[in-house]
Amino acid sequence: MKIILDKQQLHLTISRLAHQLLENHLNLNDVVFIGLQPRGIRVSNMVIENIRNLYPAEKVQYGLLDITFYRDDIRDELHVANKTEIPFSIEGKKVILIDDVLYTGRTIRAALDALQDFGRPQKVELCVLVDRRFNRELPIQPDYCGKAIDTVISQKVKVEWEREEVVLY
Amino acid sequence: MQLSTKHLLGIKDLIPQDISLILSTATEFKGVLQRPVKKVPSLRDVMIVNLFYENSTRTRISFELAEKRLSADTINFTASGSSAAKGETLLDTVNNILSMKVDMVVMRHSASGAPHFLAKHIPAAIVNAGDGINEHPTQALLDAFSIQEKLGTLEGKKIVLIGDIMHSRVALSNIYLLKKMGAEVMVAGPPTLIPKYINEALGVKVEYNLKKALEWCDVANVLRIQLERQNQVLFSSLREYNLAYGVSRKLLDGLKKEIVIMHPGPINRGVEIDSDVADSNQSIILQQVENGVAVRMAVLYLLSGRKS
Repeated sequence: MKIILDKQQLHLTISRLAHQLLENHLNLNDVVFIGLQPRGIRVSNMVIENIRNLYPAEKVQYGLLDITFYRDDIRDELHVANKTEIPFSIEGKKVILIDDVLYTGRTIRAALDALQDFGRPQKVELCVLVDRRFNRELPIQPDYCGKAIDTVISQKVKVEWEREEVVLY
Repeated sequence: MQLSTKHLLGIKDLIPQDISLILSTATEFKGVLQRPVKKVPSLRDVMIVNLFYENSTRTRISFELAEKRLSADTINFTASGSSAAKGETLLDTVNNILSMKVDMVVMRHSASGAPHFLAKHIPAAIVNAGDGINEHPTQALLDAFSIQEKLGTLEGKKIVLIGDIMHSRVALSNIYLLKKMGAEVMVAGPPTLIPKYINEALGVKVEYNLKKALEWCDVANVLRIQLERQNQVLFSSLREYNLAYGVSRKLLDGLKKEIVIMHPGPINRGVEIDSDVADSNQSIILQQVENGVAVRMAVLYLLSGRKS
């Protein structure tokens, strides 16, 4: 077991991600943030909280997306669906997807499919807390990355929310 | 998380966790149905045959829509106009269809137990869409979903099933489901249409006076008088039935509270329910139909993903 980000580092990293997102999008009028269910929303909640401290809070559009029905492994394993809540149109908007760990890229592939069913965004960007960069199975890369780490498949990366740490097992 | 059964033959075989899983999954599918694109790719390349040996409007269309919204491929079979009319047996028909690689069977049959028989002989997952006077599980699930949506929960709610309890598969499935989810159930109707000993067998209250039943309940699920299944005279005339057991505006206005009115359809207007009740704000009949698609999507999704 190895701690990749401790509590203090985790908060600093999330704060940095929030600043980077605002740096690239000075005007949030045509930007929407979408956290990926179920594990990504703890990260996205914290990122959005940070952004709302830096920008007029009511102008930050934030939704949740569940990709259960778009998974490509339904035949192997059934997952329980979570809530999807996108109370705004994404048509022509810049969509920023937020997730905790980017690993094979299959979740993001499913999320891109799911997004299409809500409209045609002008652009989609990806923000992740941890990037396991050598384990990708699809050509997907993050635009904003909290921490890139090199791991082998047998290892597990987990965000422990009680202790607010990112841990490598 | 997965269902405890491979088939959905009846509510009788489900455990409360199965029912909760189906209802919570249906909530998410209802969300899907409100999106600009009302379709998800979950059941891509799953082949489903809809086997209807008995007439149906709502259930068949609802299942077909659910299958299409899940991106499944479907074929429809109706007994009239098929080789079943030439005398082919049920098992032969199904085995022939299955040899063309079908993954799931949605089936309605006039014989009680037909899907249970089929389940013993074929490998595909079976969804019972109504068998004789036995069960109609997806109808009970969508009824429960609609009640939950309207009242927040099933637990502790008082639900009365009114009318032809004897011949109604909707009634039996509803009783099983509501009891499993902690609701109180009463059946009301003329003594000739309520099976003897139903109180002892299923643990439901029995009431022969419609007004008393309506005063007791939170929800009244009015069932259709099934003339096609009655081979003897069980009440003297439709008019008399309406006078004694028809749910009318006047009856509802006389109650102290506003109850929820449901009906599984098709409605015999002016027999078991009057038009001004069926079309009123108290009635959630059309919401039931709407919810049916989401509930059936949940059932098909959860059964398709189950590892045998």
